[in-house]
Amino acid sequence: MNDNYTHIILADDDEDDRLFFEDAFEELKMATKVNTYNDGVYLMDYLNKKDAIIPHILFLDLNMPRKSGKECLIEIKNNDRFKDLVIAIYSTSASEEDIEDTFVQGANIYIKKPSDFKKLKKILSSVVTTNWQYHTNGLNRSNFLLRL
Amino acid sequence: MKVFIKFNFNAVCAKVLQEKLDVLGVKHTISGFGEVDFTKELTIEKREKLIELLAPYDIEIVEDHKSILVQKIKDTIIDMVYNTDTEITIKSSTYLSQKLGHSYGYLANLFSEVTYTSIENFIILQKIEYTKHLILNENLSLTEIAFKLNYSSVAHLSTQFKNTTGITPSAFQRIIAKRKELNI
Repeated sequence: MNDNYTHIILADDDEDDRLFFEDAFEELKMATKVNTYNDGVYLMDYLNKKDAIIPHILFLDLNMPRKSGKECLIEIKNNDRFKDLVIAIYSTSASEEDIEDTFVQGANIYIKKPSDFKKLKKILSSVVTTNWQYHTNGLNRSNFLLRL
Repeated sequence: MKVFIKFNFNAVCAKVLQEKLDVLGVKHTISGFGEVDFTKELTIEKREKLIELLAPYDIEIVEDHKSILVQKIKDTIIDMVYNTDTEITIKSSTYLSQKLGHSYGYLANLFSEVTYTSIENFIILQKIEYTKHLILNENLSLTEIAFKLNYSSVAHLSTQFKNTTGITPSAFQRIIAKRKELNI
């Protein structure tokens, strides 16, 4: 249908998690382009550049040194430049408090990091295809909430 | 002396497209995936003008039969989900195949090939999106919505909502209400 990519960014301080994440996308059938950042400060430095390519989906780890995922989320939600950005929280935490709190702060997706690679692929595939449905069918993005 | 140049093809194409659409002077938005949304239907003259403007760059309007049929499937489903007044008593697969004049198997294969999702999932997605709309904007109870959307029971709707979104309808309602309070 198109030759373009779904552009994806992940901010996560754990190197293994970043690698798994990139590998999982390589095996999906939808064309994606993945960039990763090692923490929230690097991420925001990039996004705040004038010529930054704003991704379609941003994955945020919650616990990162220097600047946490939640701080990034709040900063992004306060900036009109990012109003079309879909935000996925990507965390080891499954506490109901974290989940509800980040949804309320404007996250669209909450993913608890799965323990095995196969599950990860399945989850990421479902995120990208659901996002694609919202994107191509003009669905109301403010109602886009997905927990996996 | 040689100078090396790097191209960003996507940026080039987007820029050309933008410039030509501005020349055309019709209200539109570029959705970024090789799709242009026109606020109003394009007139035949404008459409031909656009084809002419883009031709020197080898940019074409895609008229492929598959995309058009997929759009028809989507339109039929959306109509089916949202127009709850006209009650459809037959199965949605039969309805689609009768309405569009192709076998369901053909439609289903084509649909998943182009949209990365199945017709069944698309119907569920549309129903759940409509449910969200009804919860938030029409203030209907889940029981009323289940009846309106032809679910056999409120439990069935509730389960489908949870399976599709990962959260319960009441959690959804609570989160959106809190967002409104915080102005997010």
